[in-house]
Amino acid sequence: MNMNRRQFFKVCSAGLTGSSIAVMGFSPTAALAEVRTFKLARATETRNICPYCSVSCGVLIYSTGDKSKNSQSEIIHIEGDPDNPVNRGTLCPKGAGLRDMIQSKDRLKWPEVREAGSSEWKRISWNEALDRIAKHMKADRDANFIAQNADGLTVNRWPTMGALVSSASSNEAGYLTVKTLRGLGVTALDTQARI
Amino acid sequence: MTNHWVDIKNADLIFVMGGNPAEAHPCGFKWAIEAKKNRKAKLVVVDPRFNRTASVADYYAPIRPGSDIAFLGGVINYLVSHDKLQHEYVKAYTNAAFLIDEGYGFEDGIFSGYNEEKRNYDKSTWKYQMGEDGFAKVDETLQDPRCVFQLMKAHYARYTPEVVQQVCGTPKDAFLKVCEYIASTAAKDKVMTSLYALGWTEHSVGSQNIRCMAMIQLLLGNMGMAGGGIGALRGHANVQGITDMCAYSQNLPGYLSAPNETDKDRTSYLEKRTPKALRPNQMNFPQNFPKWFTSLCKAWYGNAATPENGFAFDWLPKLGGPGDTLAIFHAMFEGKINGFICQGFNPLSSVPNKKKVGDALARLKWMVVIDPLATDTSEFWKPHGEFNDVKPAEIPTEVFRLPATLFAENSGTFTNSGRVIQWRWKAADGPGDAKDDTEIIAALFLRLKAMYAKDGGAFPDPILNLTWAYTQPAKPSPEELLREINGKALADVVDPKDPTKVLVKAGEQLPSFAMLRDDGSTACGNWIYCGSWSQAGNNTARRDNSDPSGLGQTLNWGFAWPVNRRILYNRASADVAGKPWDAQRTVLKWTGTAWGGNDIPDMRPNAAPEENVMPFIMTPEGVGRLFSRELMAEGPLPEHYEPFESPLDNNPMHPNNPKAKSNPAARVYKGDMEAFGTAKDFPYVATTYRLVEHFHYWTKFSQINAIMQPEQFVELGEELAKEKGIKAGDKVKIRSNRGFIKAVAVVTKRIKTLDVDGKKVHTVGIPIHYGFKGATRPGFITNTLTPFVGDANTQTPEYKAFLVNIEKA
Repeated sequence: MNMNRRQFFKVCSAGLTGSSIAVMGFSPTAALAEVRTFKLARATETRNICPYCSVSCGVLIYSTGDKSKNSQSEIIHIEGDPDNPVNRGTLCPKGAGLRDMIQSKDRLKWPEVREAGSSEWKRISWNEALDRIAKHMKADRDANFIAQNADGLTVNRWPTMGALVSSASSNEAGYLTVKTLRGLGVTALDTQARI
Repeated sequence: MTNHWVDIKNADLIFVMGGNPAEAHPCGFKWAIEAKKNRKAKLVVVDPRFNRTASVADYYAPIRPGSDIAFLGGVINYLVSHDKLQHEYVKAYTNAAFLIDEGYGFEDGIFSGYNEEKRNYDKSTWKYQMGEDGFAKVDETLQDPRCVFQLMKAHYARYTPEVVQQVCGTPKDAFLKVCEYIASTAAKDKVMTSLYALGWTEHSVGSQNIRCMAMIQLLLGNMGMAGGGIGALRGHANVQGITDMCAYSQNLPGYLSAPNETDKDRTSYLEKRTPKALRPNQMNFPQNFPKWFTSLCKAWYGNAATPENGFAFDWLPKLGGPGDTLAIFHAMFEGKINGFICQGFNPLSSVPNKKKVGDALARLKWMVVIDPLATDTSEFWKPHGEFNDVKPAEIPTEVFRLPATLFAENSGTFTNSGRVIQWRWKAADGPGDAKDDTEIIAALFLRLKAMYAKDGGAFPDPILNLTWAYTQPAKPSPEELLREINGKALADVVDPKDPTKVLVKAGEQLPSFAMLRDDGSTACGNWIYCGSWSQAGNNTARRDNSDPSGLGQTLNWGFAWPVNRRILYNRASADVAGKPWDAQRTVLKWTGTAWGGNDIPDMRPNAAPEENVMPFIMTPEGVGRLFSRELMAEGPLPEHYEPFESPLDNNPMHPNNPKAKSNPAARVYKGDMEAFGTAKDFPYVATTYRLVEHFHYWTKFSQINAIMQPEQFVELGEELAKEKGIKAGDKVKIRSNRGFIKAVAVVTKRIKTLDVDGKKVHTVGIPIHYGFKGATRPGFITNTLTPFVGDANTQTPEYKAFLVNIEKA
């Protein structure tokens, strides 16, 4: 049978299993009366990777909407990617719960600040947050940057700034973070690799 | 991993020690089951707990946490004394025949050159004897008493089965049974793979645990073989990739050692890092270091990196000391760090000694948390009952919390444990105003750049000149970034043998790191990723999973670094003449004119076997190291040292030398040494571990995972439970010298009391996943208990072996 995954769902949605369709010799082009379609048949399928352990299982993310500019996607289902040669469609108890992590009630939605000594968060705009942080960074870098050490060797580092970089972000985000931190002169940086 | 997940199916023996893949890497562990099912492979597990990997094993042996080197040293002794070696391999492909400096020695637990005050070694004697021809001297008969083989044999002769039982608590017959399994793979056509994870790394001797296995795999001829090698089962889905990008202090992307205060200029910096071959005819691939480094400088500083300014060498910050996580938090604790960016990281939970970490954060002027979730760290200042007992008014740290998108909400690559880089596509927008990490970093950088351009300030050059040629500067795309990481030709790259022949035209993406140059004509953000986005396009997005060899190599799926090679050191899968040791599992073979087979050769493609180019091309020797020269902090041969918190009064290997009780070269900060507890007050060994339902401190935010494993528990054996009057389900209090947690007691048969050095040792198992934030029941942070000391090489903390006491709460 020559059909893609989405067509397969459509055929299956007639209420038969894929294998029995094959056994009965139906081709996907056969006109079958549609009683009810699976939601997934109308969903957009996106290939991604489970972010938990280093098996890095391929996942298929199903979302509503078709990714057109004015449509909001909502993730409705995640399952293992059967094409991925490592996990071959499987997911473990961690990965099987991915949708609940994405939709956790603890997701952050806007920038916040906790002022010195305060006991609560305060919502602020991105501009205010970024402006304040950038000003803090520049003031500290200008005050503490070491151009040369005691022996007169050029060292050009910013010793009073530390950073931990995420191992859950992409290579591209990690690379940009490293490039930026080194560009600023930061040497106290680390990641989850050793923790 | 030297090999990759699917390759586990090609093994004859899967040896799991220092890991529990059935629970921590379930979908990868499936390949161990496939090996058992399809090729009758055996699975052997050594672990303090009879865990779920052990439950499907052919054989299980218990061990005391922190005694792995004694066990593995015993294995080395068994292999050598029973002559269970792959002789041809050991002789040709390892440094067994190399002669060692006459000054090298080992006495009562301490190697030559120890400085007790500084807790480090002068390693000048840990080296080869050099001949007048400039190459290392060898004795191919392996009989010279100064050759590596004889030194190694003598070193491990002390690790008898009786000593293993005494130190590890592993019954002698169980130890010998494990040895028999391992020794069976010395045959040329039998292969063992080793799977390990944090159970080996998270010790003050973590790196040497792994060195032991590297030695064993070399002695058995299992490195480079399909179904062989060493499987470092890593943590996060992209911890391999972020390690490759070197988001840590001592290296620049692609494992290029970062400049430090001993590097005066570019020339001396390069000279120190560009080794000369130690044997004739070797590839000595790191001789290309200047090409990798110069191309990185060009990627970061573009036209501003010129031959005249040493390609902007001085703009790179020079390290002034260690910058690892423990060092960062210690500096913070001492008030030496003012500002801190915490991106997708929850250090209050994941760094040892939570009290110290919380106190350190409270001494910051400001902290920026960039995360998709409301982590415990972001609320270190907020009272959460007895789980986080703090007073906000006394904490002056200004804390910003910026919402980031997560994996499903952005595109880009992850690199799995088998080094396969795979593209991911964005499925949906993040919630609310969440932004991608790239956008947040860009926003901060562009603000700083604008301020430095307008107002000046401390040395603005490296900021003003950092390349930022992204189509939308405020939104660098993952496609643009991966192209930059891969690298391109800035001028025509020509064939060094025929300058009229243009290999890569100016402006084109580079096909491989073989094209990198040290004259500024190429730019490359990470040389080992070169080829991931070539002129042909995004190779990480390839999705052809066909497997013509049947070995599971899938060479057209994604892109593996380096150069799409799936099995590292694969030249060693064939004998000296180029014939595969096992034709059923051919990875590589000499075809008469070139290397061919089922992988990208880890060898110059036209290096004929008679040229004697040895397989370990990243070493200047060309061979694998049984003796690691000066490259490890605590010695060139692994030696057993006790954990810093040990149930024993001394190191049974060296009972009369207190200096050799615990790793003599491990860094211990003042205050942390004093915070170690003793067996008198804390008589039980504790080890932390992970559950199949949870991932680190992350899934506690997911409802379904919280339902499956809702609450902190600790696991203790029946004998200890009986002694303490603790029943299953009781609430217990576990104390170390650094604090306490409370948890539900699980009384099990899975952890046995062991007889160690004449005394009974009980072990308590403590899962790590809980905290005061998230969907799980609010609880304590396990790392309240753990000691602030790390491995002497990597500074990975000793989470896996420390001391506690336990009582009914």
